[in-house]
Amino acid sequence: MSETTVNHPAPGQSSAAGAGAGAGAGGPGADAGGPGLEPGASGRNRPARTANLLYGEAETELRAAVRDLLTDKASWRDVLARTETGQTYDASLWHTLAAEVGCAGLLIPESLGGAGASYREAAVVAEELGRAVAPVPFLGSAVIATTALLAAGDTALLPELASGAVTASLAIPFAAGTRIRPAATVRLEPPQRGDEPGEYRLSGTVSGVADALPADLLIFPVDSVPYGLYAVQVTDPGVGKRPLVSLDMTRQLCDIRLEQVVARRVAAGPAAEQAVAAALLAGAGILASEQFGLAEQCLDTTVAYVKERRQFARPVGGFQAIKHRLADLWVSVTQARAAARYAADWLAAGFGPETTLAVVLAKATCSDTALKAAQEMIQLHGGIGFTWEHPAHLYLKRAKADSIGLGTADAHRASLDVLANLPAPE
Amino acid sequence: MLTGGTGSAPSTEPDSLRSQVAAFLAAHDPGTTERLEFLRARYDAGLAWVHYPAGLGGQGLPRSLQVVVDREFTAAGAPTNYPERNGIGLGMAAPTILAHGTPEQKERWLRPLWTGEEIWCQLFSEPGAGSDLAGLATRAVRDGDNWTANGQKVWTSSAHMARRALLVARTNPDVPKHEGLTYFALDMQQPGVEVRPLRQATGEAEFNEVFLTDAQIQDADRIGDVGQGWTVSMSTLMNERVSIGGNALPREGGMIASAARTWREHPELRTPGLYDRLLRLWADAEVARLAGARLRQQLAAGQPGPEGSAAKLVFARLNQEISEFEVELTGADGLLYDDWTMRRPEGANFFGRNPGFRFLRAKGNSIEGGTSEILRNIIAERVLGLPKEARVDTGPWKDLPR
Repeated sequence: MSETTVNHPAPGQSSAAGAGAGAGAGGPGADAGGPGLEPGASGRNRPARTANLLYGEAETELRAAVRDLLTDKASWRDVLARTETGQTYDASLWHTLAAEVGCAGLLIPESLGGAGASYREAAVVAEELGRAVAPVPFLGSAVIATTALLAAGDTALLPELASGAVTASLAIPFAAGTRIRPAATVRLEPPQRGDEPGEYRLSGTVSGVADALPADLLIFPVDSVPYGLYAVQVTDPGVGKRPLVSLDMTRQLCDIRLEQVVARRVAAGPAAEQAVAAALLAGAGILASEQFGLAEQCLDTTVAYVKERRQFARPVGGFQAIKHRLADLWVSVTQARAAARYAADWLAAGFGPETTLAVVLAKATCSDTALKAAQEMIQLHGGIGFTWEHPAHLYLKRAKADSIGLGTADAHRASLDVLANLPAPE
Repeated sequence: MLTGGTGSAPSTEPDSLRSQVAAFLAAHDPGTTERLEFLRARYDAGLAWVHYPAGLGGQGLPRSLQVVVDREFTAAGAPTNYPERNGIGLGMAAPTILAHGTPEQKERWLRPLWTGEEIWCQLFSEPGAGSDLAGLATRAVRDGDNWTANGQKVWTSSAHMARRALLVARTNPDVPKHEGLTYFALDMQQPGVEVRPLRQATGEAEFNEVFLTDAQIQDADRIGDVGQGWTVSMSTLMNERVSIGGNALPREGGMIASAARTWREHPELRTPGLYDRLLRLWADAEVARLAGARLRQQLAAGQPGPEGSAAKLVFARLNQEISEFEVELTGADGLLYDDWTMRRPEGANFFGRNPGFRFLRAKGNSIEGGTSEILRNIIAERVLGLPKEARVDTGPWKDLPR
């Protein structure tokens, strides 16, 4: 990690992301906004807007479409079986989700071939993908890489992402946090004879990248002067991907090695820095919704199981020791939902301090809740929950990996020193 | 409980309310009008609680519009009904009367309740009936149009100031416990009612014990049918749980406020371990606030969810953890207390006085208004649909072991 602190993505950066579409303007209630912070609690004025924490009708319809598809094509047995094949990402499922359901282009404006929706809709898709631990690169391509390209003002690559024809990945380690910009580990090389104007050469390695295995297009941050974002086609012979044996094989990581590959510059200077910051922040915010969906699925599955499972001639769900644990988990899940919706709604409104705070709260809360839910799922299933032939371990592994990906709960809470004016000890 | 206001509000309603308040203020100068006269006129104008029906202080509007009216009256410096003195009345008695009272009872009780002329209290818990409220033993025996009540109630806020009480009493001991209860409004200012302060761990007596010795109740003051006391009580308790931990607060509006302020003002008290706790508590408090906001949005959109049961559990846990943190943070000062003198405050203030008081008072938050354990049972059984506990108390109440 470099010591450079990433500034908040500039307000308005997300306007290209169709911000405001479905952003719940005029939502009910009057107390879910940033305003209300007492003067002196923070040196900043918060924007006067009320977050809509509910699900809209279009979001509910989108959820139903995604859930139908996943129920049909991504049962946990399918997902489990795929983790032991050479193709851990489900290309066919991703194609249907991206191109036919239209999830690849949710954030992309209609003028570039997308759906012109917002992070609110993307968050609902993420919830469903979390519920199914679905092995598709939605987060990496349709959220993180797409946000980077939108923030960079790209118009050339986005139409192909929107249609689902191209899958992209921002080549940054999944373990990177959102506060400190990760140090780039790829460098610019001198041009070679025959290179056309506008072509650059890159070499270097990036380790532990999520959703890069199925990607056709890789986007690399480079610490050159100026800092830049460069796009690389994976068909270039100098690109090598090495799959990693990952804790979560439903989102398998890989190392990427570049040797003198041809690249095109997507953004340079502050625009590139903002693009990376926006992409990581949006990624963390949408990942929180995935974590919430996963947690809710663990709760639902476990509640259903303890109603059926009998010991001592009664359903084990009738024992108070079990009931109270599940009641507490349900409480945690209701809190996580509110935090996840708050982040999705603020992301849909654009980038700024309140959006950053919303993402920090959501990622910290949902990381803890998803992990707790998966752990409770195993414990309350008893022995069967500890076997390979049961989905609980898939949820546990995804929950643990998600709790590290794009910033741990601890790393996000640390941002409250500035965001909530709670200074660290000297 | 939301009453009226199920429809969505046309955007003209806030403007209409503002002009109604302006017209009212023009006719009743808050500077010169006598306080009670002002409040009674406000009630009669339908500007007391706009979500109540017309004729009962409201206009049948969405509850969310109340804030518009309150803001206008506050800005004009209008006298208030001292809502903090009548929390039980406004928060629990009024919605119960509205839901279960007769037209005559609503007409008779709601106006003086809202104006604060009549403070209400709640006679529910007994020494032998805490979580098991339906097992209560206070008896009410009928003689024509009159009932005579005998028994002991406990944990009664405001009893020493109250004009009336919500009373649940056993009227039929020969049937299972939930079926033999009846709900009354009791006149507290009669010889058969004795109120004694109940001193708490904080040193003050926010609550009372109430002894009923041949206390008299007119049958006209019965709320709901004979034997329906449990159903009516449930609607009171639902409102209680909403009123504990269900309020809309600004960011840093609750127990976290003083902890965060102390942290900011005293760098010398900061340690790494306390810092980690503070960040967790601040984040949890803010997320709990958002969950409360989401719950209110669901209610406003006519999609009530079960999330209300979560609010009080989280509120109690956070109040306890934050106040524990704050006493530890203050170090040497945390060894001191402001005052152990026995006092009788007019209302509950969970966030008042000093850190030691807040620490002690918060211990009650997971007991009052339904213990955290009972709330977990409710969530498990009613929200998650898990099997109920095996019961041994299903026979006639009089045969239950006590």
